[in-house]
Amino acid sequence: MGLLSDPHCRRALSRLVLRLNTPLCALSYVMGLGWFLALAFQPLAPRTYMSENAMGSTMVEEQFLFGERALSYAREFAGHKKKAGGMPVAWLEKTMWSLGLEVHRQPFARTLPFPDETRERYMVKGTNVYGILRAPRAASTESLVLSVPCTEGPHNNQAVGLMLALAAYFRGQIYWAKDIIFLVNEHDLLGMEAWLEAYHDVNVTGEVRSSGTLGRAGAIQAAISLELSSDVVTSFDVAVEGLNGQLPNLDLLNLFHAFCQKNGLLCTIQGKLPRSDWDSLPAYAHSLQTLLLMVLAQASGRPRGDHGLFLRYRIEAITLRGINSFRQYKYDMTTVGKTLEGMFRKLNNLLERLHQSYFFYLLPSLSRFVSIGIYMPAFGFLLLVLILKISFLGGREAGEGQAAPSGPGMDSRPGLLALVPPLLICQAAGLALYCLPVLGQRVATQHFPVSEAEAVVLTAIAIYVAGMALPHSTHRVLAGAGSDRGWMTLKLLALLYLALQLGCLALLNFSLGFLLAATMVPAAAAVQPNGPRVLLAVLLVLATPAATLLLGIFLQRELVEAPAAAGEGWQLFLAAVGEGLLQHHLYGALPFPFLALCAYPAWLLLWNVLFWK
Amino acid sequence: MAAAAAALLLLLLAAAAGPGRVGAGRARRDALREELLLSPLPAGDVAATFQFRTRWDADLPRGAGLAVLLKAERLFHSSYHSQAVHIRPICRDASCLAVSWELRQTLTVVFDTFSSGQGKKDWSLFKMFSRTLTDACPLASQSKVYVDISPKNKEKELLEVTPAPASVYEAIVQGDKRTYAVYDLLSPSLFNTSRSLNVQLKWKRPQDTELPTPVLHAQRYVSGYGLQTGEISTLIYNTHPYRAFPVMLLETVPWYLRLYVHTLTIITKGKENKPSYIHYQPAQDRRRPHLLEMLIQLPANSVTKITIQFERALLKWTEYTPDPNHGFYVSSSVLSALVPSVIAMKDVDVEQSPLFTSLFPSSDGSSYFVRLYTEPLLVNLPTPDFSMPYNVICLTCTVVAVCYGSFYNLLTRTFHVEEPSRGGLAKRLANIIRKFRGVPPL
Repeated sequence: MGLLSDPHCRRALSRLVLRLNTPLCALSYVMGLGWFLALAFQPLAPRTYMSENAMGSTMVEEQFLFGERALSYAREFAGHKKKAGGMPVAWLEKTMWSLGLEVHRQPFARTLPFPDETRERYMVKGTNVYGILRAPRAASTESLVLSVPCTEGPHNNQAVGLMLALAAYFRGQIYWAKDIIFLVNEHDLLGMEAWLEAYHDVNVTGEVRSSGTLGRAGAIQAAISLELSSDVVTSFDVAVEGLNGQLPNLDLLNLFHAFCQKNGLLCTIQGKLPRSDWDSLPAYAHSLQTLLLMVLAQASGRPRGDHGLFLRYRIEAITLRGINSFRQYKYDMTTVGKTLEGMFRKLNNLLERLHQSYFFYLLPSLSRFVSIGIYMPAFGFLLLVLILKISFLGGREAGEGQAAPSGPGMDSRPGLLALVPPLLICQAAGLALYCLPVLGQRVATQHFPVSEAEAVVLTAIAIYVAGMALPHSTHRVLAGAGSDRGWMTLKLLALLYLALQLGCLALLNFSLGFLLAATMVPAAAAVQPNGPRVLLAVLLVLATPAATLLLGIFLQRELVEAPAAAGEGWQLFLAAVGEGLLQHHLYGALPFPFLALCAYPAWLLLWNVLFWK
Repeated sequence: MAAAAAALLLLLLAAAAGPGRVGAGRARRDALREELLLSPLPAGDVAATFQFRTRWDADLPRGAGLAVLLKAERLFHSSYHSQAVHIRPICRDASCLAVSWELRQTLTVVFDTFSSGQGKKDWSLFKMFSRTLTDACPLASQSKVYVDISPKNKEKELLEVTPAPASVYEAIVQGDKRTYAVYDLLSPSLFNTSRSLNVQLKWKRPQDTELPTPVLHAQRYVSGYGLQTGEISTLIYNTHPYRAFPVMLLETVPWYLRLYVHTLTIITKGKENKPSYIHYQPAQDRRRPHLLEMLIQLPANSVTKITIQFERALLKWTEYTPDPNHGFYVSSSVLSALVPSVIAMKDVDVEQSPLFTSLFPSSDGSSYFVRLYTEPLLVNLPTPDFSMPYNVICLTCTVVAVCYGSFYNLLTRTFHVEEPSRGGLAKRLANIIRKFRGVPPL
């Protein structure tokens, strides 16, 4: 405090910030990136451990022996699915009934805002079937969910089979304290969203129509979504990232990991096996790859499995995917069933909701985690660049204001009021980007030879690019253009806006915040009208959120060792834009509205600064 | 089980009447009536209700009669059980000059035929209790087993019960005609052919999946998500084909769910249903819960949805239970109704009819009384993380708040270096003197 209350020290400090601003900014940026890269270094990432006492050990004697039965159910289900040409509702109901479950069905219908071309659906009608195993001598206040998506084609039959075999086995046990819901959902996420909204009797995304009376089983404590498409598996991949980058409690993942180790199952995260060594360079590269994949998946904000939608309702959930690769050692259904049985019995023991362990974490491998306290400084350093720059601009302005009150340049200094038009125009461009693609799809398909989905994506890109022509029009509105002070005030506002956005975003979805900060911050800090304009323009274009998305796609393909060519990358980019819009309208995902309404206008403000005349 | 219950009762008695009276009276053979009622439930499970009625001063059965079936390991391997004790005064004779105390113990168990019968719904006494009946209780004046063999849907018999019953009893229970096979353990012919009685029941053909629904049933749940607001929804079903009847709904909701009474909506068949009577007593924080009582008319064959929104209160940190993340229970709401019956009922002589008819009281010939309890609810309240990080957060917030204030103060205030004034003491003294003199200070 003494440092600041002493005017001499204060002056010295502000002089230091002003004079060494650029080196300090560069240093802070490098520190931020360096810190992030160091997260994959094992000593910074402690081993995961079980925090929840009720699930403390894996001391459960699993007695599930019905792997063969699961496979016969799977074959039967596949036959009926083929015959019905979709979900065999009647057969499922009959089978669940004969297993002694309380069976319910939930028909739902949903019309998408525009056709989804990758999954080929527009007007969707489906039925979810679920059976409730009522816990004996309990009042149905709590429940667990085992969900299996019923997908088209020959996928996931084994998962349904295993679920039915588990249901048959669980039905005969008397130790259940929570009801167990066995759910088969059609049209994967759409069905899941419809079911969750009906179960909680809310309407989040609008327009899902479902009917019928629903059986309920109280508050759902945890959910596991299972995907299995082969009779034997070599490993299990676990997906944690949910809608908007929400993550389940780390204890659920620990539970899965513990039972995998107990039964000797191989398990992976992001498709990467954990390595035993940590002090070699390849091991570091490996965990960095895993970490980057997780960051990219979380930043995309889309659920990486059916579990992703549960998280909104504060239900801890993960998706388990059985992988059958060319490895030597295979595991049969009995082992898989035992693992699931163990997990459910442990979850059954829960006295409270899972809350003991971390909700915010990054995983460089399945057995190690980086907690929020360790990864946040990386973002903090990036944000510090903006703060330094803001204080620099503020200091310069204050200095000018003190130096030139007597000068005659009153007319050349625009007041804050003059900056309102560019702000409004940029925000309006963002609003247009948010609304027009879906609203204008009909007009676009009438005038251009494109399908609805293409029209939406291309309109979005067109509006995005058209926004870059805005500086030419905003200048006409600006009265007091032409002074240094004008662009500085505008830049100050843009930086404040950007820092505020990124700061809020990083609290909700660290990965998205960090990726946007890492790309936008250097360009935002460097931009000014009287420098090497072409170089800065290229830098700024590279830093736009759309370019970040494109780079992210290439990076992701590179990390999963399936590099995309330029054309393929472009196709993926178009698909990702359409997907982002759909995710927003169907499940309420936030990345698209954030980019359109916040990040894009902020970037346009910076673009305006660059072309200040 | 029986022994435990008897011990408990003896304690009760000791508390009520003082030690000297326990077991003072001599047991009389007509003191005890015991009864076992077995009824298959629609879903395939079996409910078994034991009733022992005796005079207060009589001995309770131990290890004989129906009580041999009470084995804890089997009774707890079940879906549901409930125990009840009733004590009431009765007249010793017609003139009612002396009063006895009647004691009735009831134990109802629902056996899960699925988990014990490997998917088959056939059952027998041995399968359920791993015991069979060998004789009646030597103290009992009446010892009977009733098995519900009512045909469903007026079709031909679906059930086959062995051994064939000696007699059949017909009764009307909850507006439905029921037929019971009766086995009198006191009749000597029962144990003539075989040494023990093992009642068996077989389904002649597999049951259809359509469950018969009761005339009045209800469902309650919490809707919404997040920790700020929510909604309690109650669905009440009236499946009677042509009769409407009123139902009394009683809800008590703890004070930490702040109900918004203006959001109370009652909707039947898409239209608003105005309750004919509402009594609402608002909650007082930490004193009493909300009390909401309503008389609602249920039209025939309808679903009535009652919703009311609430806001979750923040508790003081000492008010949380040791397991705050488990959630807080909201007790069941109580539905009471006189449900119109399909079949006319006749009044029965209470003393002569089987004991179990007293479980289903009927008010008059045309309707019967039903009281339903809905599911209790589990509601999560906003809960702080009662752990070390929570303390750290509290501490950090305090430090940040304190620092921020002074930091902001420093940043926004402009400082001037002030020349120290000379002769401060002299001036102050002079001013004091001037003040006394009534002259303005320097």
